[in-house]
Amino acid sequence: MSERIIEFREALCEAMSEEMRTDQKVFLLGEEVAQYNGAYKISKGMLDEFGPRRVIDTPISESGFSGMAIGAAMRGLRPIVEFMSWSFSLVAADPILNNAAKMLYMSGGQFGCPIVFRGNDGAGGQLGSTHSWCIESLYANVPGLKMAIPYDAYDAKGLLKTAIRDDNPVFFLESERLLSITGHVPEEDYTVPFGQALIRRQGADCTIISFGRPLYFCQEAAIELAKEGIDCEIIDGRTIRPLDIETMVTSVKKTNACVVVDQSWSFASIGSEVASQIHRYCFDDLDNFVHRVHSDDVPTPYASNLEQAYLPNTRKICEAVRGATYNT
Amino acid sequence: MDKLDTELKKTCIDSRHLQLEKAPLPESGILIGWLRQMLLIREFEVRTMQAYQNRLIGGFCHVYIGQEAVAVGSIASLNLDDPIVLAYRCHGHALVRGMDPKYCMAEMFGRIGGCAKGKGGSMHMFDAPHHLYGGHGIVGAQTPLGTGLAFATKYEDEVLEDGKSSHVTLCYLGDGALNQGAFYEAMNLAGLFNLPVIFVLENNRYSMGTSIERGTTMANELHTKSDAHGIEHAIVDGKDVLSLYQSFKSIVDWCRTESRPFFVEAQTYRYKGHSMSDPRKYRTQEEEAREDEVDCIARLEKFLCQEHDVTPDGIKQLTRQVKTQVREAVEWAKESPETPMEELYKDVYVDHWGPFTGTSKPQMMQDEPQ
Repeated sequence: MSERIIEFREALCEAMSEEMRTDQKVFLLGEEVAQYNGAYKISKGMLDEFGPRRVIDTPISESGFSGMAIGAAMRGLRPIVEFMSWSFSLVAADPILNNAAKMLYMSGGQFGCPIVFRGNDGAGGQLGSTHSWCIESLYANVPGLKMAIPYDAYDAKGLLKTAIRDDNPVFFLESERLLSITGHVPEEDYTVPFGQALIRRQGADCTIISFGRPLYFCQEAAIELAKEGIDCEIIDGRTIRPLDIETMVTSVKKTNACVVVDQSWSFASIGSEVASQIHRYCFDDLDNFVHRVHSDDVPTPYASNLEQAYLPNTRKICEAVRGATYNT
Repeated sequence: MDKLDTELKKTCIDSRHLQLEKAPLPESGILIGWLRQMLLIREFEVRTMQAYQNRLIGGFCHVYIGQEAVAVGSIASLNLDDPIVLAYRCHGHALVRGMDPKYCMAEMFGRIGGCAKGKGGSMHMFDAPHHLYGGHGIVGAQTPLGTGLAFATKYEDEVLEDGKSSHVTLCYLGDGALNQGAFYEAMNLAGLFNLPVIFVLENNRYSMGTSIERGTTMANELHTKSDAHGIEHAIVDGKDVLSLYQSFKSIVDWCRTESRPFFVEAQTYRYKGHSMSDPRKYRTQEEEAREDEVDCIARLEKFLCQEHDVTPDGIKQLTRQVKTQVREAVEWAKESPETPMEELYKDVYVDHWGPFTGTSKPQMMQDEPQ
């Protein structure tokens, strides 16, 4: 099989287009998705292929078009809603959390909500505090939704196809900083299942658990730490709901040390949840408490030096691993 | 009310760019059916209040007494497969749409026999076989959903079936929702995308304890709200089921043909408080007494006796029938078992994973399959 190298954004586009070819109930809507070809060019060419009835430009009206898509999903259509940024989803919090996530439960199993919300999550580059939200810790608190965070082009396509085929609401978190990275994506149809974490790097001394973009900082840290003789194992959680805690626990039982890297804030977060579960299931296996790396507990700063310091960067991860393995 | 009187004297609906002839009334058998529906709602709500006071119903509970004509007359103008979506004062619409009162009552009792297996409660009546997409508890939140239901029927008709849009969605809201942003986004999208949705404003003049004049700008010219979105409008008497139906039928037919939205203000009054805990100190007894005099049920009874050979005895018989029906619904709800513990983790996700045990349909759908 020859390597077919494409961009992360092209992988997303392929996932949507292929699913729209096989299922007429799938359609895409959002700000600038059609005529503009996507604010980040993810939906490039889709208007030409599918026409304006299935690739739909909406006004800047997140609450309205999210609710509209949810109403359509209640009738069994399968909308893909693009948020230009998950930061803007905050004005749609009521429909996406109260309606999408709870509809099946509140209707006693009568109306499901097969919908995908997707868009950029996390800091872009000097976008300031309101445009740099990592919404995973806020939203993952809510039962009824699923949440996926792809790491590379292969997973971007495979996880998004799974999301579109899923009968539940899926929150799909992309990163603006990853859209241009390239990777191997096979020609043939494939999916990546939810709830199956992947070991991105094998190691013996410390397990690093992360999701999405911070995994790249984890890789850099692992290279740095290897020079110091610390052998890191990196686990890509891939999905937050469902969370594949088994793979994480198996790794920690082997390494006896764990660092969780989560790009959202620390208080009541994905990081605190994963750490809590590792403490519970690996209580007798841990040589130290689980160390956590987050964005600093402040609004995202604009200034480049402050923003770099604020993110869960390589330096912070190295320090946490050294701490967790008593190599300080 | 002067303005309403002027509107009602007309035989046509005058909107901004549109004049519609009001539809004729159906034959008397159907009108008697409407009376029966209105009597059923009132009796149901009286027994709901009793059950609430007897602590058989918990949480928030909002009754529809006084507004019955709106649900009856508007839903009568729809096809059976046209979608409906509602706010939280939703018992009456569910009954009119065809939900057996026993499932509605059992839902409020929090029993497994409820339309949502006791998981939704008073504010959240859902009935898939009857195309009822829920009562919704957050004020205004149902309006984008209504836009979405209309989007879906249009998409189904035009994209999936390659035909012409042929459904109309009724999306109800109270006057409190007039001040929520979601409603304006919903109207904008409906206007922009030519969606066949009718926003039915049930203006009962109070959002909880705040009179419309205290909460809404342009309270006497609410059509300005829809005008701003290029949406046609009509004002109807929410206490006169006959004229309300005549207007609605024309409007529904127009929306179906044109695939366009509409905004209808039904002027009505809720006789009871906002919810069961409301002592109604924000309005006078004189005002309530004045509204009581123009009761929608009494008006229809009078009309039927004068124009359609209905007798007071015939009405008594109808009343007895609905009393029996509601009494049986209450008994059925009481006997329905408490929602079992295994339901706690059901219907969270469609599929099984972790502690979640998939989904299942309520008894209502097994009894009355689609």
